[in-house]
Amino acid sequence: MKLFKAVATITLLCSSTVSIAQELEIEFTNLTHGIHYTPILMSAHSDAISLFSAGVAATPELQMMAEGGDISGLVTMLDAANANNMTNPANGLLAPGQSTTAMLSTDEGNTYLSVVTMLLPTNDGFAGVNSWKIPTEAGSYSFNVNAYDAGTEANNEVVNGGGAPGVLGIPAAPGMDSGTGGSGVTTEEANTTVHIHRGSLGDDNLTAGKSDLDNTVHRWLNPVARITVTVK
Amino acid sequence: MTVLYKQSFTSTAIWSALGVTVLLTACGGSDSYAPQPVIPPVPVIYSYEVSVTNLTHAQPLSPVAVILHNEGELFEIGISASVALENLAESGDNSQVLADDIALASASGVGVIMPGMSETVSVSITDTQPMMISTAAMLVNTNDAFSGFSGMSLENMAVGESISLLTGSYDSGTEKNSETMATIPGPAAGGEGFNAERDDVDIVTMHAGVISNDDGLVQSVLSQAHRFDNPTLAISVKRVE
Repeated sequence: MKLFKAVATITLLCSSTVSIAQELEIEFTNLTHGIHYTPILMSAHSDAISLFSAGVAATPELQMMAEGGDISGLVTMLDAANANNMTNPANGLLAPGQSTTAMLSTDEGNTYLSVVTMLLPTNDGFAGVNSWKIPTEAGSYSFNVNAYDAGTEANNEVVNGGGAPGVLGIPAAPGMDSGTGGSGVTTEEANTTVHIHRGSLGDDNLTAGKSDLDNTVHRWLNPVARITVTVK
Repeated sequence: MTVLYKQSFTSTAIWSALGVTVLLTACGGSDSYAPQPVIPPVPVIYSYEVSVTNLTHAQPLSPVAVILHNEGELFEIGISASVALENLAESGDNSQVLADDIALASASGVGVIMPGMSETVSVSITDTQPMMISTAAMLVNTNDAFSGFSGMSLENMAVGESISLLTGSYDSGTEKNSETMATIPGPAAGGEGFNAERDDVDIVTMHAGVISNDDGLVQSVLSQAHRFDNPTLAISVKRVE
């Protein structure tokens, strides 16, 4: 027992990541031209938990967020892991070109930052950063965020309110700039793991065609968001 | 790495000093002189693991090529592709890249990496510390797109250290992006791979992505599923020895 304690102490001492509580200011900017973000989830957590990983199938909690913008499942999962969460800093949707800033106080040991939010209008697209190591040195740190496809739903690009997990369709187009009558781009998802989103197809017919999305409005290229973390 | 190198340098210096001492003693005319046994140098192995994850939706990757080199580049923006790279980018055949003159050592992935899948390729070299590493693989449902990196420095990488990076897609510039069935070798088409004719810009550039038939390119054999955005690969390079 004593030996165990000694080992534990040494491990703590050797750890280069001195696990101290930190004050973070996190700015999230929507870099896209025509995509809205659903309520954003920012979380500081330990290395015991991971929200997503490219090449690995999405968890049901991530699927809820990616298909319908519902972050409650991820929050429950993170709470159980003693994470520090900031939910919905923009008080709703974050429009193209807009930014939101939030403060996040982290507990000792919560040295990784993850941020996720769904892209609307998409079937299961989300912007995400997973387990970014929070610097211990005070300063301002910026990085770009890519758009992922959760791999849980075919990108049919039909706006029909389908936001629940497993329900085919796009829940909403907040810009009120989508069409109707799309026959559906596809019914297949070739890569069922989390992967880089290939982008929406769209078309130039707002009352018919394959897609309800507008190919002059709803496309994007990576990066789709920028995050600036200021460590106080 | 620097530290290791210094240590071995120091011990070499010590051995040399001893050698000088022995020589001086021998010059002293001692009858008890016996030749020192020759100590063969311990071979130094530099070994790396390159893990590649395919981040695309529907672009299988040709077998990954990994080369260690001290000079040159596997590819450079604005510079004409080598024939070896042209082969890799148009047909997915990495054999010429692996055998390239600049390669001190090389290794190939065992096979195609499907979307969402990963593979780790090991490469090692004895006695020569490699300065650079390059990696490339073709996105096979394209005319001549590939992803990877060229000439990443290994100089300061210590054993156990790793570097993770996300790589974009490049156009080898050696084949027009017609997207026709006859010209794309991947499973979406089954067409021709390598063709020596260079009917495109003949410089390596970033790739603009595929258009696809669904997006209005009537002659394209590709569907919306084959479209891609950057990054296309997640690559981790780790020095293991």
